[in-house]
Amino acid sequence: MKEYELVIIGGGPAGLAAAVEARKSGIQDILILERDNELGGILNQCIHNGFGLHTFKEELTGPEYAGRFIQQVKELDIPYKLNTMVLDLAADKTVTAMNREDGLFQLHPKAVILAMGCRERPRGALNIPGYRPAGIFTAGTAQRLVNMEGYMPGRKVVILGSGDIGLIMARRMTLEGAQVQVVAELMPYSGGLKRNIVQCLDDYGIPLKLSHTVVDIEGKERVEGITLARVENGKPVPGTEEHYDCDTLLLSCGLIPENELSRAAGVELNPVTNGPAVNESLETSIPGVFAAGNVLHVHDLVDYVSEEAGAAGRHAAKYIQAGCKDETARTLPVKCENGVRYTVPVAVRPDCADGLVTLRFRVGNVYKNKKVAVYAGDTCIFSRKRPVLAPGEMETVQLKAQLLLDHPEADHITVTLEEA
Amino acid sequence: MEKIDLICIGCPMGCPITVEMENGEVVSVTGNTCPRGDAYARKEVTNPTRIVTSTVRVTGGKLAMASVKTASDIPKGRIFDCVKALKDVEIPAPVTIGQVVLKDAAGTGVDIIATKNVPVA
Amino acid sequence: MYDIVIIGAGVSGCAIARELSRYKADILVVEREEDVCCGTSKANSAIVHAGFDAAHGTLMAKLNVEGSRMMPALAKELDFHYKQNGSLVVCMSEEDRPALNKLYENGVANGVEGLRIVEKDELQKMEPNISDNAVAALYAPTGGIVCPFGLTFAFAENAAKNGAKFQFDTEVLEVAPMDGGWKLHTSKGDIETKVVVNAAGLYSDKFHNQAGGAPMKIIPRRGDYFLLDRTTGGFVKNTIFQLPGKYGKGVLVSPTVHGNTIVGPTAIDIEDKEATATTQAGLDEVREKSGIAVKNLPLRQVITSFAGLRAHEARHEFFIGEVKPGFVDCAAIESPGLSSSPAIGKMVAGIVEGILHLEKDPTFDPTRKGILDPKTLSPEEHAALIKKNPAYGTVICRCETVTEGEILDAIHRVPGARSLDGVKRRTRAGMGRCQAGFCSPRVMEILARELGVDQSEITKAGGKSKLIVGTNKDKV
Repeated sequence: MKEYELVIIGGGPAGLAAAVEARKSGIQDILILERDNELGGILNQCIHNGFGLHTFKEELTGPEYAGRFIQQVKELDIPYKLNTMVLDLAADKTVTAMNREDGLFQLHPKAVILAMGCRERPRGALNIPGYRPAGIFTAGTAQRLVNMEGYMPGRKVVILGSGDIGLIMARRMTLEGAQVQVVAELMPYSGGLKRNIVQCLDDYGIPLKLSHTVVDIEGKERVEGITLARVENGKPVPGTEEHYDCDTLLLSCGLIPENELSRAAGVELNPVTNGPAVNESLETSIPGVFAAGNVLHVHDLVDYVSEEAGAAGRHAAKYIQAGCKDETARTLPVKCENGVRYTVPVAVRPDCADGLVTLRFRVGNVYKNKKVAVYAGDTCIFSRKRPVLAPGEMETVQLKAQLLLDHPEADHITVTLEEA
Repeated sequence: MEKIDLICIGCPMGCPITVEMENGEVVSVTGNTCPRGDAYARKEVTNPTRIVTSTVRVTGGKLAMASVKTASDIPKGRIFDCVKALKDVEIPAPVTIGQVVLKDAAGTGVDIIATKNVPVA
Repeated sequence: MYDIVIIGAGVSGCAIARELSRYKADILVVEREEDVCCGTSKANSAIVHAGFDAAHGTLMAKLNVEGSRMMPALAKELDFHYKQNGSLVVCMSEEDRPALNKLYENGVANGVEGLRIVEKDELQKMEPNISDNAVAALYAPTGGIVCPFGLTFAFAENAAKNGAKFQFDTEVLEVAPMDGGWKLHTSKGDIETKVVVNAAGLYSDKFHNQAGGAPMKIIPRRGDYFLLDRTTGGFVKNTIFQLPGKYGKGVLVSPTVHGNTIVGPTAIDIEDKEATATTQAGLDEVREKSGIAVKNLPLRQVITSFAGLRAHEARHEFFIGEVKPGFVDCAAIESPGLSSSPAIGKMVAGIVEGILHLEKDPTFDPTRKGILDPKTLSPEEHAALIKKNPAYGTVICRCETVTEGEILDAIHRVPGARSLDGVKRRTRAGMGRCQAGFCSPRVMEILARELGVDQSEITKAGGKSKLIVGTNKDKV
């Protein structure tokens, strides 16, 4: 088995963008390992549009967006293996993978980029009581059946979770002839983009019930009914139960970065995101192991995934070209305060940033009329007014690295919200 | 004077826009943060349109389905006509992004084009 | 006319079928569900009790201890997952110590080996996650955990290999005596047999009463459980029971043979023998009680919850015996039924042999090899396996690393998997943290291909549990 300098685990949008940038940065021996039978990752089943406004200044569907990057990978002649599952990543970067043709094999790259994406939170993890009939699907699994195989998972649908996947599937199922009765959302606000509330629910007269959850599932063999109840302080309110006859329950209740391999390697994870803790170069706690995309933290816009993964590709290339040295440089941990739930990265080495430091974060609640402020030590080095901040929308701050170099006394960075 | 509140779907920002109308004519548009929002709001209150995305079956291809979309937006009221027009459409592999899958869907004047490359099996 | 028809393909029915297949006889197991192991056998604590709990002098106690003793050798012979991890019954207060001592004495009287009381210090060393309030515990080193599906499949496959037949989707409606035996009216027609073995679990009272036995009533006793992610596998090493006492009756916390942690069960008597749904109250009860004997239980790592119904009879005892000529009861098998199953199989086979004077079958093969798990092979063996059979090179279930080769094996066994749940219980595909989100479309595809049916016919668990209702736009 040929050896490669850089192995990228995952051939979805993150893996593809990272590969392209790493090649453009001069790395020749790159291998993408993809478990599905085609490149493109989750974009292949996201047949709706809304992708690429930032990257290509066009509104593309998921497969079209993926197609642009797949084309670049092919034009750059970057090798990839399909139907290949990575079974293990060791602390020394040994990659163990498997497919029909090559059998079980190991690679010993100089650098690895983790781009495995994320998985959906299942019913079992939501502790919804009731039977365990057929007809309960996570929205993404239903999306795969409908969009990739042409099979309808149900006719009369209730959806729990108003994140984008749930909203998109409300429209999708309706357009394929199903009847979507209601979308229930546990929180008092929707987790998805406002445009999706309009184009997926309002357009089709599908009601959205905020502060509601599923309290019972009926039907022993196949779903027969769902009971919703209003929620207060996270608990269902007795007496507010509403019953819906249906044969399908779709769940869109959260995405969880898929970090089995990261854990196996001993990569340190951020307990808030469940993704690797990385520095400004998107490098994890293991030198030479980088992470980008949904495996790092769940994104809303694929355009930011491509940006982030491109940076990871460039940094992985730099790491390889510099001889895989472990850089000991001044490191500033990033603290989050006042509603900022987490940041990527968790630490910044100003000397290693290539001019700009990109900080991405999410807030834990809906905030109005706030200022996003970044402090180097006690000095505010950045501030921007934001009329609305919501958990469902990832925020980005780009700072000149010079601002941090100008404050050598600072031993940490703080990202916080203040009154406007 | 009629006042309509809507959310712009031109991009993921989703700006809340207020349109004032008199006798079916747009009098003012406020709340948008870019000219596309203004254009969207005016259109939405007079002649709302949408892009429709769907899938069709592929015969002889490496994949069973190909994703498709209307080449440009169509009147919102014709969404289901377009969907019905696609009902029994099957296309042979290979499929290329951009190829016409159904001309002039449901008489809207808009073609339905493929958004997915599907090689022959 | 069959020699023997066994009603019910749960762990009891399959154990009996296996033991009876040692003889020359026409054996049929009829099961109303689509597969073996679909009733109580699939939804329990998966514990092989050491046998200290069942009251001394009962058949339960005798068969529990015997079954527990038979398990280690049987696990090798029939190749199922079993581990003798040990049990601890934790005493939470000095006031309850007399009850702990009584349990110890009962265990000794039952013949359980190695029992002893451990005091607080030793207990804390054995299990760092034991509650700080625990004062002592009864330690049973012979306590074990087993894969309840694997055990049932092992019995069933060995029985089938040795000639026993299985007929699924066949519900017995009525049993009636006839000349020379019994006639079973089923949903698929009449079946005649010399001997009936009633191993019908929750419905064993129905057939017992129909046959003319003294009135019996089985009450479904529901147990709700949580199953925690495999990352919690090291939380406890032993199976932790809470001694009923000052703080009520607790729930158990145990590792499973596959590395998960199981928490539960409740013991809620209900009316409906089909009501296997968990309830909010039941799950809340498990949650509350789970924190008594242990501390820091990582309940947030739950991946699924489920409920099983025990076939409880007021006298809390196994009913095994020939109740009418040619009608053998194996009824009211609630806990410790799983643990006792090898011994139950032997006992019932012995009774049937006595009725029919069966001849031993010299071709009987007691061994059975389970589904090959490539993860147990050395890298060289693994590589050779994939070369020989490339299906082992395709991972279908990412969470549990299950390959297509294993799934094909599961489908082509006899009796084999014909649904998602059948594949799940044989291979673990779908039992991981994503709960079949990733693998179910792929498993459906494989099932459809191998069974020669359209993918839209594939079910979750047979019957009406179809996964797909049609094709895109078919109702537009």
